[in-house]
Amino acid sequence: MPVDEEVSEKKLSRRKFTTVSIPITLYNRIKNLIQGTGFTSVSDYVTYVLREVVAMHEAERSEEPFTPEDVERIKEKLRALGYLD
Amino acid sequence: MTSRPHGGRLINRVVSGRRRELLLEEAKELTKITLNRDWATDLVNIAGGVFSPLEGFMVQEELMGVLYDMRLPSDLPWTIPIVLDVSPEEISGVEEGDDVALVSESGLILGLLHVEEIYGYDKKEFAERVFKTRDANHPGVARTYAMKELLVGGKIDLLNEPENKFYKYTLYPAETRVLFREKGWRTIVGFQTRNAPHLGHEYIQKTALAFVDGLFINPLIGKKKKGDFKDEVILAAYEALIKNYYPKNSVVMAILRTWMRYAGPREAIFHAIIRKNFGCTHFIVGRDHAGVGNYYGPYEAQEIFSEFPDLGITPLFFREFFYCKKCGGIVNERICPHSQEYRIVFSGTKIREMLMRGERPPDYMMRPEVADVILKWDNPFVE
Ligand SMILES: [Zn+2]
Repeated sequence: MPVDEEVSEKKLSRRKFTTVSIPITLYNRIKNLIQGTGFTSVSDYVTYVLREVVAMHEAERSEEPFTPEDVERIKEKLRALGYLD
Repeated sequence: MTSRPHGGRLINRVVSGRRRELLLEEAKELTKITLNRDWATDLVNIAGGVFSPLEGFMVQEELMGVLYDMRLPSDLPWTIPIVLDVSPEEISGVEEGDDVALVSESGLILGLLHVEEIYGYDKKEFAERVFKTRDANHPGVARTYAMKELLVGGKIDLLNEPENKFYKYTLYPAETRVLFREKGWRTIVGFQTRNAPHLGHEYIQKTALAFVDGLFINPLIGKKKKGDFKDEVILAAYEALIKNYYPKNSVVMAILRTWMRYAGPREAIFHAIIRKNFGCTHFIVGRDHAGVGNYYGPYEAQEIFSEFPDLGITPLFFREFFYCKKCGGIVNERICPHSQEYRIVFSGTKIREMLMRGERPPDYMMRPEVADVILKWDNPFVE
């Protein structure tokens, strides 16, 4: 694999890294894509895109953890404070 | 359905009932650490889920992640340290694994801290990372330099709420989420403020409101600078504005009890995360958000959002509004082509000076109903 990858990572970062394999064809494609953009390495780009996608998938899974009793208690307070009629 | 809380679930570390009584009893015997008013609000915000996913004051690994990578060890975005500083004397005899009692300045037991780690830190490095300067004239840096030598990290439990004279305006994220749902709002835009509203603020809010279901006005209540509007004045001024100029059922106002860090871009991200926890799907970021002096570029607090594709709340970036004589209305540079000579900018300083003299600012700057409310105070400003 190319060795110039992590050199561009911000020196100050205390982050630890691990390796994930992607096809070399995809690697080259990304490398071309990010030329002249703010992304300084393929790893930068992949990290950015994965975070975006992962956050989206996590959001789809979330549920509000309120029991019906919680909701009733909260609604009572909201009425008392004048937030609900 | 509103925004997912940061980290997926709202933290609740408010203890009640029998367990609270037991812990209060236990707390009497423990080493006590006094929290000033600002640190006490941090405690409340952690316990009530405003700072989800934090469950306590940061341990070293968390602080390092925040300082150097703007992320928690879980990879979630987080930009502002939430730490508790102590002197060696205060913490003497306390070991990692012990509990300590957190008390208010008046001696009320507020909660417990389960000590995970006691550690030192480099103040200059802390300041440089958070505030992008080591200049002690920066209020956030000055405050960092005044902190005690050690930090103590660990989960907390809240046993008593500190004194709060704005109870009527105090809602926790679980409560705003239920409220938004009851109102049938699916998209909500959060607005951060520490000012009484002039027309520039109103136009930003209304431009955003045109595209979402509800507006959440969330004034920051807490320590302010001399010459700032008093907290109660800000709330009363907004009440007047909402009553007279907003459609019914389009606005909710509740306070955010915290203190200004003046960390500019980093604080803008922090403010967005807090509003995400309250249930907002969007957050307004204007010019020089949370800035002070000339430490940050005017739109740096907008640019930083490009580093966080996984923030989970959509920022809405605004240019400042002004009055244009040629347009004959309130506009901003995105929609007005005219030159400076036609423009009257909303100067907070100028408006303050007029109010100080007991004058109503012109009605293209501030709504008369809002000005009249402010003028009811002998001195509406922090002394
Ligand atoms: Zn114009």
